[in-house]
Amino acid sequence: MNVNYLYSFLAVVVLGLVAYVGGGVAGLQGVFGIFIPYLAVVIFIAGFVNRVMGWASSPVPFRIPTTCGQQQSLEWIKQNKIDNPSSMFGVMTRMFLEIVLFRSLFKNSRVELVGDRVSYKWVVWLWLFAILFHYSFLAVVVRHLRFFLEPVPFFVKALEQADGILQVGLPGVFLSGVTLLAGAVLLLFRRIFISKVNYISRAADYFPLLLIIGIALTGIMMRYFTKVDVVKIKELTMGLATFHVGIPEGSLGGLFYVHLFFVCILVSYIPFSKLMHMGGVFLSPTRNLANNSRMKRHINPWNPKVKFHTYDEYEDDFREKMIEAGLPVEKE
Amino acid sequence: MVDILKPEEMFNSIDYTIPSDRWEAVPTDLTAGNFCYPTKKKNLEYLSLPARDEWSPADEDWKLPDNWEEIIYEGFKERLEKYRSLKVFMDICVRCGACADKCHFFIGTGDPKNMPVLRAELLRSVYRKDFTTAGKILGSIAGARKMTPAVIKEWFSYFYQCSECRRCSVYCPYGIDTAEITMMGRELLSLLGLNINWILEPVANCFRTGNHLGIQPHAFKDMIDFFCDDIEEITGIKINPSFNRKGAEVLFITPSGDVFADPGTYTMMGYLMLFEHIGLDYTLSTYASEGGNFGLFTSSDVMKRLNGKMYAEAKRLGVKWILGGECGHMWRVINQYMETMNGPTDFMEAPVSPLTGTRFDNAASTKMVHIAEFTADLIKHNKLKLDPSRNDKFKVTFHDSCNPSRAMGLLDEPRYVLNNVCNHFYDMPENTIREQTFCCGSGAGLNTEEIMDLRMRGGLPRANAVKHVHDKHGVNMLACICAIDRAALPPLMDYWVPEVDVTGIHELVGNALVMEGEIERTTDLRFEPLSEEEE
Repeated sequence: MNVNYLYSFLAVVVLGLVAYVGGGVAGLQGVFGIFIPYLAVVIFIAGFVNRVMGWASSPVPFRIPTTCGQQQSLEWIKQNKIDNPSSMFGVMTRMFLEIVLFRSLFKNSRVELVGDRVSYKWVVWLWLFAILFHYSFLAVVVRHLRFFLEPVPFFVKALEQADGILQVGLPGVFLSGVTLLAGAVLLLFRRIFISKVNYISRAADYFPLLLIIGIALTGIMMRYFTKVDVVKIKELTMGLATFHVGIPEGSLGGLFYVHLFFVCILVSYIPFSKLMHMGGVFLSPTRNLANNSRMKRHINPWNPKVKFHTYDEYEDDFREKMIEAGLPVEKE
Repeated sequence: MVDILKPEEMFNSIDYTIPSDRWEAVPTDLTAGNFCYPTKKKNLEYLSLPARDEWSPADEDWKLPDNWEEIIYEGFKERLEKYRSLKVFMDICVRCGACADKCHFFIGTGDPKNMPVLRAELLRSVYRKDFTTAGKILGSIAGARKMTPAVIKEWFSYFYQCSECRRCSVYCPYGIDTAEITMMGRELLSLLGLNINWILEPVANCFRTGNHLGIQPHAFKDMIDFFCDDIEEITGIKINPSFNRKGAEVLFITPSGDVFADPGTYTMMGYLMLFEHIGLDYTLSTYASEGGNFGLFTSSDVMKRLNGKMYAEAKRLGVKWILGGECGHMWRVINQYMETMNGPTDFMEAPVSPLTGTRFDNAASTKMVHIAEFTADLIKHNKLKLDPSRNDKFKVTFHDSCNPSRAMGLLDEPRYVLNNVCNHFYDMPENTIREQTFCCGSGAGLNTEEIMDLRMRGGLPRANAVKHVHDKHGVNMLACICAIDRAALPPLMDYWVPEVDVTGIHELVGNALVMEGEIERTTDLRFEPLSEEEE
């Protein structure tokens, strides 16, 4: 039994309690509402840049794309220009589709032994949950720009319109909040209930999911149930965005501080975790290189000088036998 | 050789139930039959690699060097600085599990440590401990694990249960390539003198004699002469290939398996007949007499040392370009490493087929063309007279070798050739071919007798797909373009689908090729009757 999720669950609960209590205590609002958010952003930016620079500081000695289709070859053989790109445009298309549509994940299949056969079934669930989760997350983040920009840009308003298309509830239900929660919960259930995935899961896999579930839950609570004072919150967030910081008068509610604190933890956790896949996917040498190393020489900056067995050494070893067999030699 | 289960028993023994213990707590099984024999000391010494006294993986105490921890730490650090792939792949895996059941060794063994994600975690857990802040502080909660001799044993076991086939990397949303992980793991083990003999012996042979099998120059020539006698008997045409000839237009290099072991030898005969028929101005080299490169399975330095001979010999002989035979990992090296390591190649010219005038722009820089590209071009330009009915007794399917598929993309050229030299060709199901192809189960140096159980398990997905087309279409011949396949697939077929034989595609080309002035053929290149009725 993998109990790693218990660690993560406990961690999230403790963090939530800390923020709930801290945010409620006079004098600490400044810490949770101003200091920690700034700190989180600084950690995020510095950590992210540091991590990406760290990757970039190691060279790519060899051109090792995973080719997933026909190579560029004879002109009458149709090349798969996306999955086996030989040009920059092909690579960019491949990367774009990978990042936007999770194309590799879409190919996923499941192995089953049926009778005396090994069978492969296409399975869409992981791809579907991942798409649901990531795009909901994106929509939620974009919607929250409302809190940091004045006037609110048109695309944020347009997204809100689309997001609230169901027009139910008051305030109107944003789909993305619900689907984010659903996506995260589904991904979490996968980890808990599919034994193979459970076996490979670490605390670091449960923690961000639980944290995001916490963020989504507190957000939904505030918007639909406790009906938090958004005008006051915007006062705080605009202050942060414009560096005219201040804690609005009156209480914002413990829940708000929990929500904000969770977000701060998530943001500052990113550079030190697997969530860096958001940056790493761009730097993966099996995906971001063209398969053109027979057309154009790829340079390895540390190409070592090595000792190899020269022809002369070889001939010295075998000269007599070569002459006897009638093979040409350099030195008779 | 260790006795292994009967096929049905093996199939029924596969169990995907996950163990109750965490994987870190499951000890590595290093009983006989579960490990490859270690390298003989003489091979390491010959190559000036870290050597150690004779040992067995079954030993309780592996007697690692005193400073083994430091060697691994420094080696790991060096590789993180040299390879962005390693660094990124250590950091970004989200353990989504998409790769888990894509590995043929997992499918065949059910051992969770053969899930690519866990194979990488074997290395990653140590990386976290030594190179990440979270791992240093939080330890096992952050998935970090201290390096111990038990971890070394685990690495040795599981990095030699991976054939570097890259199938997992097709499905990974970030393209994490377990081949890279395994290569790094094996390099680190090699720093401690831990290698397997089935890899290092061919490497040492190749270093000295020019080929993995250790064939010396006179013997190499004898073998080719022997094939020429057979060709004369079958076709009435006498072929006299040249060796080490300066001034030839083309240098032909193929894996030495084609010269030494059936059924590769028939493929070699096919090449020789083809070249004779088209009057190609080519030569064979006894010095660069190996297309394959077991250095790829050892370390990048060793790979470079073996590969260097190809260009050196091309330069010495003054050829215009190089033609390469049917081989899997050889083409990974040529496509993804060769010119980077041993270029530039300004002493040669961009390859042009002397028969068709086709310029092989895709090989303009390495100056090395794959025989399937070359032959496909000949057929397209009607330069070959072919009688595919001579292969009518064969119902053929095609095994895409891992490396030409996922490290090159040579997929349609061999199919085009096959469709022109035989009348009955059937592809296997799409989940098992092209970029989704399955390994023969014995790649990356694992084609060794002592792990036959593992090889048959790893080859199950491939064999099972062959069985599918065998049952459905009566397929009785499995064509491939890889010398390791030609050595590994016959026992695999024998075990799982005994009715199916194995061939290289140029054996079938040789059968179908109507050569000028040939006598009426009564047998194929194996001296078997052309059609079953005559049997």
